[in-house]
Amino acid sequence: MTNGKRSDSVVRGFALSSVFWLLVGLVVGLWLAAEMIYPSLNLAPWLAFGRLRVVHTNGLAYGFTLAGIFAGSFYMLEKLTRTRLAFPGLAKVQLWLFNIAIALAALSLFAGMNTSKEYAELEWPLDIVVVVLWVMFAVNVMGTLVKRREKQMYVSLWFLVACVVTVAVVYILNNLAVPVSLTKSYSAYAGVNDANVQWWFGHNAVASVFTFPILAMFYYFLPKSAELPIYSHRLSIIAFWSLVFGYLWTGAHHLMLTPVPEWIQTVALAFSLFLIAPSWASVINGFYTMNGNWDRMKSNYLVKFFILGITFYGLQTIQGPTQAIRALSGHLHYTEYIPGHVHMGTMGWVTMIITASMYFMMGKIAGRGIHSVKLANVHFWLILVGQLLFTVALWIAGVVQGAMWKATNADGSLMYTFLDSVAAMYPYWTARLLGGLLYFAGIAVFAYNLIMTSRKPQAA
Amino acid sequence: MNFNSLYEKPVLFAIAAVVVISIGTLVTTFIPLFLPSTQPVSPLVKPYTAVETEGRDIYIREGCNNCHTQTVRPLRAEVARYGDYSKPEESAWDRPFLWGSRRTGPDLARLGGKYPDAWHYRHMANPRSMFPASNMPAYPWLGTAKLDTALTARKVKVLGFGYDDAEVARQLAAFRRTVTVPSYASAQVRDQATPAALRGELTELDALVAYLQKLGRDLKAAQRPAGPGTAQAAEGKNPYAGDRAAGEEGEKIFEENCRVCHGEKGAGGFGPKLATTNHKFGGTDADLFASVSGGRPGGMPTFLQRLGRDRIWKVIAYIRRLEGGNR
Repeated sequence: MTNGKRSDSVVRGFALSSVFWLLVGLVVGLWLAAEMIYPSLNLAPWLAFGRLRVVHTNGLAYGFTLAGIFAGSFYMLEKLTRTRLAFPGLAKVQLWLFNIAIALAALSLFAGMNTSKEYAELEWPLDIVVVVLWVMFAVNVMGTLVKRREKQMYVSLWFLVACVVTVAVVYILNNLAVPVSLTKSYSAYAGVNDANVQWWFGHNAVASVFTFPILAMFYYFLPKSAELPIYSHRLSIIAFWSLVFGYLWTGAHHLMLTPVPEWIQTVALAFSLFLIAPSWASVINGFYTMNGNWDRMKSNYLVKFFILGITFYGLQTIQGPTQAIRALSGHLHYTEYIPGHVHMGTMGWVTMIITASMYFMMGKIAGRGIHSVKLANVHFWLILVGQLLFTVALWIAGVVQGAMWKATNADGSLMYTFLDSVAAMYPYWTARLLGGLLYFAGIAVFAYNLIMTSRKPQAA
Repeated sequence: MNFNSLYEKPVLFAIAAVVVISIGTLVTTFIPLFLPSTQPVSPLVKPYTAVETEGRDIYIREGCNNCHTQTVRPLRAEVARYGDYSKPEESAWDRPFLWGSRRTGPDLARLGGKYPDAWHYRHMANPRSMFPASNMPAYPWLGTAKLDTALTARKVKVLGFGYDDAEVARQLAAFRRTVTVPSYASAQVRDQATPAALRGELTELDALVAYLQKLGRDLKAAQRPAGPGTAQAAEGKNPYAGDRAAGEEGEKIFEENCRVCHGEKGAGGFGPKLATTNHKFGGTDADLFASVSGGRPGGMPTFLQRLGRDRIWKVIAYIRRLEGGNR
């Protein structure tokens, strides 16, 4: 399809970087899950839960997911524009700078250099590096789109552009800060405003990292793998614009019942419910694409990754808006239910799509498919069962925890101390650790399979 | 212009996307930044002292906000557990805000003044020495690290707290005196958490404890009624006096809520000895009820909302048994 050389080496570089940071982030995650049960594992300052959790979230959101997005984006860009990347050299520089930045990010977070704002913890010098990286990426995306040889831009490219502009806007505005030293700064906003800006960012980081580019990959790699056209172009237009419009209103659903002005909370709640429609438009588009060809769930190893992935996206986008409803937020917020919700999205939706897309890309680049379809199936079942055990255990844990916090005696006094609610969590935390171990085993199989796939041409 | 040509013009498409994401941003985030009602300021809420500022930065460095919230929601059980719900004015000096998103541990917005400093020194050194079921990490390394105050004056200036370098130096020196004099009420426990070489210096733990003691204190000071326990003074007689079963239930309640501070069988600890007839704030039923329900200065929290009248009387029935055993 493309004219002349393609940027396969950059795609491969980002794919393998992504796998590396995935393994690192998951090992940290397992350690955290074990610390919840055995607090003596907080062996040193850099291993203490408060610092380690930030390494886990940043390592996986930015190390694993962003690298996966870069790999998928460069691959899709070249295919969908029928031309080579506008600046292949810049993409190579981006690959190196990216890995250096993530390594420095991990080290600085281990050292306790963090701003405390969730998913924006990096201190200001690294924020600048992130912005430079993003400009490099944006230049390649826009440059390649401008010189494309395909008249129409496919829906995947729209989501890619939305990702590029949204990350730029929310990341820069939320990280505005006044430095006091090279490793310490204070947010430009105070109190309620800081909270409001932070969760406007926090929610749209989820939108523009865990949603837009993953949908871009879904809209490209599902039809490619299934060898079927996407069900409805018109539905994807409606879904795209209403999703991109609606997301930016909903940040304050992370701040229900806090001192943030009530009208901002209520607007966020309304738009959260509204978002169910465009989210499900993509789910329906995915399901209807398979209409009449559902046998491919069985005959094509990749299709089930994409279909299960979009199913978890659908469940996620129902669960999320319901959590915004005040009565449910009052019961569930601050409990284990929320990590349960987040991990369905990341372990169920994001990882399913990224790992399947990588099998597709690396199989094509190798020129002869992946190393082992059998191992890919083992990987699929391990991450599916691991994720379900993990998330379902935490949902139940959250409902129990919220109920214990609320329970009162006949005279209105509290039935349980806070410590009672901690003690009740240990069985669920054990189930979560087991789920995490299963999931990690699946990812280890994936990593092996992908590395063997990428080695194949040299071996032949 | 044909609308479909939008999908053929990438730059125009990107501009359209920016416009579409800007609308929600403008309404819910940008405009509120310029409305004074979003972040009201009250003279009753004071900025942090130099030591509290350093303590807050240690709280941030250690990522305490990953497990502790600092915002009490206006829900009945929550107010009963932690105290009055959070007001926007209380966050006016907070850069960054530290409301958190997860309660692996309890909310801390009303922690200030709830316990004596000694409670925190021991708890930070090893939470499980006080609460065996707790999964909070131990932080022994905070007590063994000297507080770095090289940047304090600069921090205070950036944060706009309105006092100068000389005042920063004065506050640091004054606080150091407070916690290092032998008459400091928590001196003994502080010494256990602090190596001999640092006992005359400010440690990171000192600053963190100072910060924890600031949380919610301004609001509590503004709302303090005429005197603690006055509202409950009418409660005069224990309906469970001499009731054996009630005393046994009281023992369980004591184990969960009182033992950590008042010691095994009320032998004393951070809080006064209870296995005595000579109670610090008076020994009549009415006095004891007032102490437990309304709290007392120096670190006795209020328990009326958490335990309720009935269970407070049962605890008092148990305390009477402790007195008896001591006679």
